[in-house]
Amino acid sequence: MKERLYELKRQALEQIGQARDLKALNDVRVAYLGKKGPITEVLRGMGALPPEERPKIGALANEVREAIQQALEAKQAKLEQEEVERKLAAEAIDVTLPGRPVSLGNPHPLTRVIEEIEDLFIGMGYTVAEGPEVETDYYNFEALNLPKGHPARDMQDSFYITEEILLRTHTSPMQARTMEKHRGRGPVKIICPGKVYRRDTDDATHSHQFTQIEGLVVDRNIRMSDLKGTLREFARKLFGEGRDIRFRPSFFPFTEPSVEVDVSCFRCEGRGCGVCKGTGWIEILGAGMVHPNVLEMAGFDSKTYTGFAFGMGPERIAMLKYGIDDIRHFYQNDLRFLRQFLRV
Amino acid sequence: MLVSYRWLGEYVDLTGITAKELAERITKSGIEVERVEALDRGMKGVVIGHVLECEPHPNADKLRKCLVDLGEDEPVQIICGAPNVAKGQKVAVAKVGAVLPGNFKIKRAKLRGEESNGMICSLQELGVETKVVPKEYADGIFVFPSDAPIGADAIEWLGLHDEVLELSLTPNRADCLSMIGVAYEVAAILGRDVKLPEAAVKENSEHVHEYISVRVEAPEDNPLYAGRIVKNVRIGPSPLWMQARLMAAGIRPHNNVVDITNYILLEYGQPLHAFDYDRLGSKEIVVRRAKAGETIITLDDVERKLTEEHLVITNGREPVALAGVMGGANSEVRDDTTTVFIEAAYFTSPVIRQAVKDHGLRSEASTRFEKGIDPARTKEALERAAALMSEYAGGEVVGGIVEASVWRQDSVVVTVTLERINGVLGTAMSKEEVAAILSNLQFPFTEDNGTFTIHVPSRRRDIAIEEDIIEEVARLYGYDRLPATLPVAEAKPGGLTPYQAKRRRVRRYLEGAGLFQAITYSLTSPDKATRFALETAEPIRLALPMSEERSVLRQSLIPHLLEAASYNRARQVENVALYEIGSVYLSKGEHVQPAENERLAGVLTGLWHAHLWQGEKKAADFYVAKGILDGLFDLFGLAARIEYKPAKRADLHPGRTAEIALGGKVIGFVGQLHPAVQKEYDLKETYVFELALTDLLNAESEAIRYEPIPRFPSVVRDIALVVDENVEAGALKQAIEEAGKPLVKDVSLFDVYKGDRLPDGKKSLAFSLRYYDPERTLTDEEVAAVHERVLAAVEKQFGAVLRG
Repeated sequence: MKERLYELKRQALEQIGQARDLKALNDVRVAYLGKKGPITEVLRGMGALPPEERPKIGALANEVREAIQQALEAKQAKLEQEEVERKLAAEAIDVTLPGRPVSLGNPHPLTRVIEEIEDLFIGMGYTVAEGPEVETDYYNFEALNLPKGHPARDMQDSFYITEEILLRTHTSPMQARTMEKHRGRGPVKIICPGKVYRRDTDDATHSHQFTQIEGLVVDRNIRMSDLKGTLREFARKLFGEGRDIRFRPSFFPFTEPSVEVDVSCFRCEGRGCGVCKGTGWIEILGAGMVHPNVLEMAGFDSKTYTGFAFGMGPERIAMLKYGIDDIRHFYQNDLRFLRQFLRV
Repeated sequence: MLVSYRWLGEYVDLTGITAKELAERITKSGIEVERVEALDRGMKGVVIGHVLECEPHPNADKLRKCLVDLGEDEPVQIICGAPNVAKGQKVAVAKVGAVLPGNFKIKRAKLRGEESNGMICSLQELGVETKVVPKEYADGIFVFPSDAPIGADAIEWLGLHDEVLELSLTPNRADCLSMIGVAYEVAAILGRDVKLPEAAVKENSEHVHEYISVRVEAPEDNPLYAGRIVKNVRIGPSPLWMQARLMAAGIRPHNNVVDITNYILLEYGQPLHAFDYDRLGSKEIVVRRAKAGETIITLDDVERKLTEEHLVITNGREPVALAGVMGGANSEVRDDTTTVFIEAAYFTSPVIRQAVKDHGLRSEASTRFEKGIDPARTKEALERAAALMSEYAGGEVVGGIVEASVWRQDSVVVTVTLERINGVLGTAMSKEEVAAILSNLQFPFTEDNGTFTIHVPSRRRDIAIEEDIIEEVARLYGYDRLPATLPVAEAKPGGLTPYQAKRRRVRRYLEGAGLFQAITYSLTSPDKATRFALETAEPIRLALPMSEERSVLRQSLIPHLLEAASYNRARQVENVALYEIGSVYLSKGEHVQPAENERLAGVLTGLWHAHLWQGEKKAADFYVAKGILDGLFDLFGLAARIEYKPAKRADLHPGRTAEIALGGKVIGFVGQLHPAVQKEYDLKETYVFELALTDLLNAESEAIRYEPIPRFPSVVRDIALVVDENVEAGALKQAIEEAGKPLVKDVSLFDVYKGDRLPDGKKSLAFSLRYYDPERTLTDEEVAAVHERVLAAVEKQFGAVLRG
């Protein structure tokens, strides 16, 4: 009887091992462990044994049953696992197929540059002032120390509408307008972005419409060194740490002293390259100390108050930053151009 | 201004500083030197030769066979093609082995069988620009004066071993439109002295009043008029060195008298004019405004009509010169001129500018008058011119100067303190440093306890206030040495205004929704100006447009956005989604600034969404555009107050256009472009919208107020209603919401059906209604009761029936 049980165990384990699927496995379960199965049968036949043998055989029979049960469970788990894997394998997809696109638009490159500059100066305590594009001759010229007949008016051929009204040629009228609002009391700390217009024929480097950003700080004890420090800070944030700036003397009717401001070339780090035309420096700003006439006309006492102003062209900055070669791209709105400014 | 380095060296010692270094120093301290050009351009081996023989080439009509003495053992044979080559001339010869500009090497050659050992050169071949080559040599070789030494370096004799600095002058630095002015600037930079030219005139015993008198009838235009008579001049070429300097400065030599006036113009910045005294036709000069209808034939042989806005020099009867701009042909100095009247005058800027503008005539003289000359140097320049004419034109200077003057030299005195200088600049300069700079500028000054009192020389008309002095000090001190500091002030936070911040949100939203930002031109053509505009006004037209295309200000952003869409489509970019935020300009009357209203507009055409391999493809349509706007209204908490009303607007599809009202006021529209307009722009189905952005962003939006998250389950019921096909879904939805209050929380439309299974003229609209009570779970009965009420309401209002 013992042998019979061992034999049953061996056979059952063999058949479990051979079972290919859950159904076959179940057949094995029914065949060996079912109510009419051979182990039950062995137990039933125990009556013929001597009483001292019975417990031993009984224990052995349970042991065999247990072993088969465990083998069945293990096999079942394995088969189920295989089943799942087969199913998943059949569900495999080509992960290299394109994903469903999320259509994103993006800001115009000029807006990118302007907002970056706005944020940079906002961080330094500036507010953003905006004003009319159709200006009076007074704010566009006269309040900026450019009286009628001033030779420097030659420098800005303008789109006049009437003798007294024109499309602003720079964002500087906002200097005068903002200062007037302050009624002679500082501090004034603004930047003014906006569209401006000049009577230029459109070509690769000229546009009759373009943008400017102007900055103005008026307070007691504003020094030219403050202008230098402010613009150096700006240049480093916009073009990268390690940038330096230099002032070159220049002339603007509304500032005195006036300077042109160069930034050390961000492409070649000042060694000289095509971007900086071999000089190591790139001109990006005009700046200076606010002319006393401008302060006085706007109601500030030029003995008590001093100020600095600076102006720059977002087109030029964008062209330098992104290597754009033609200013007309900014106004053609070719999507093949616009789309290139998606990345953060 | 073109400045010869060698010529400049006559006024200020340039020892130890090259032209390039000088250019850098000048640029750094305020005047941009655009370029430095070496006139010899790498030339070598060009000598002065003497043409001993000159005969026709045996085998070529246009060539000559010359025997030229180069100061060597044997004369050489050179074949020359210049029409003006002749025996006895002194000429520039590029010897065999010589190098001409452009690295052009001269070799021994045979021309039509005759040997040629070098080349006789024109000035152009020596790198001189044609426009400054003397007219008589423009088409041939240059001929040196007969006393030029044979075998000498021709480049040196032509003054070409020199470098020219091109200064780019800002309008305030008219003082540097003269060699002396530049010399003062350079002297200030280098801390050296200025040597002024000498002007010692030898006068004869006659007096100028015997020859001429001067009367100025327009002293405000001409505060100072002076002149001299030089008689017995012999018109001929000016000395070679003078011609060379004129050419280096970009002026073509003519003859000794004219060249001297130009030379003085360059040296002093004082324009002069030489009249042929005998051709003046009178013994008086009257300076006055021209009479209307008067004319003058100027030196360029053009008859010019004059008005009362022009100043003329007359002989008492008729104009003989357009003052400060150009002389008259009638009194021009010619080869037979013997007596010259030299005019040295100070004309004020406005009257000259007017003449330049009206006649399109800009000359070296007018440029200087326009920018302002130094009247204190006017007579000195006259003296120098007379001296040179006696020296180089054999003239005899008649005693005395004829003069009419109301000009008084007012001395400009500026005071500035050391404290102010350092306060404005942020520097810590000492009194001595400032004093040294003022001395180098040759500004006479006194200093008392840190207060500088400066007597500004008349040559620096740009300096009038203390800031001007501060600038002079700063630029010569060097901006490199300026410290970098930040303003010391109370810290106030910066930031955007609420409007600006919201506008940025609009941009981000639209870009996130898939639209690209466009920026188009504000100027447009008259036919586009008012098209699509939400609000129109009389178009604002430029006084002087550059083209009709850009002649008036826009009143809508859409026309240019359509152009952008069309531009893209023409370049195979078929799917376009653009938006723009920008101003439109609405006139408020001819003489006042217009209203500038900010608008938001967009254009959509082609596919809005495409994910083709999974079968997704969505063309832009009305509801895409509307959905974008709905999201925007939601973003600003205005959705509940927005209404879309079907509308008919010009250029838009009459059945696919809605006006958008906010709280009852129309603030924009959205719609399909009229097919005719689509065709006009070469576009396919295209949708546009435009909103008054200011109205949108200035609208009071609801503040966020937390609403408790539902604690009880809600009940959802769907209804499909059959209505007449002209019933608007929006109205039906509103009726359901109204009737369902307060339990019906959300009503959303999920199906629209029109077709065979419904009677003609009917459509079915299916809504999903969500019922919810924040206090408790609703029972079926409660829901059913409200549902019935809703059904009854829509039946009553729209004849809606439940779809079976």
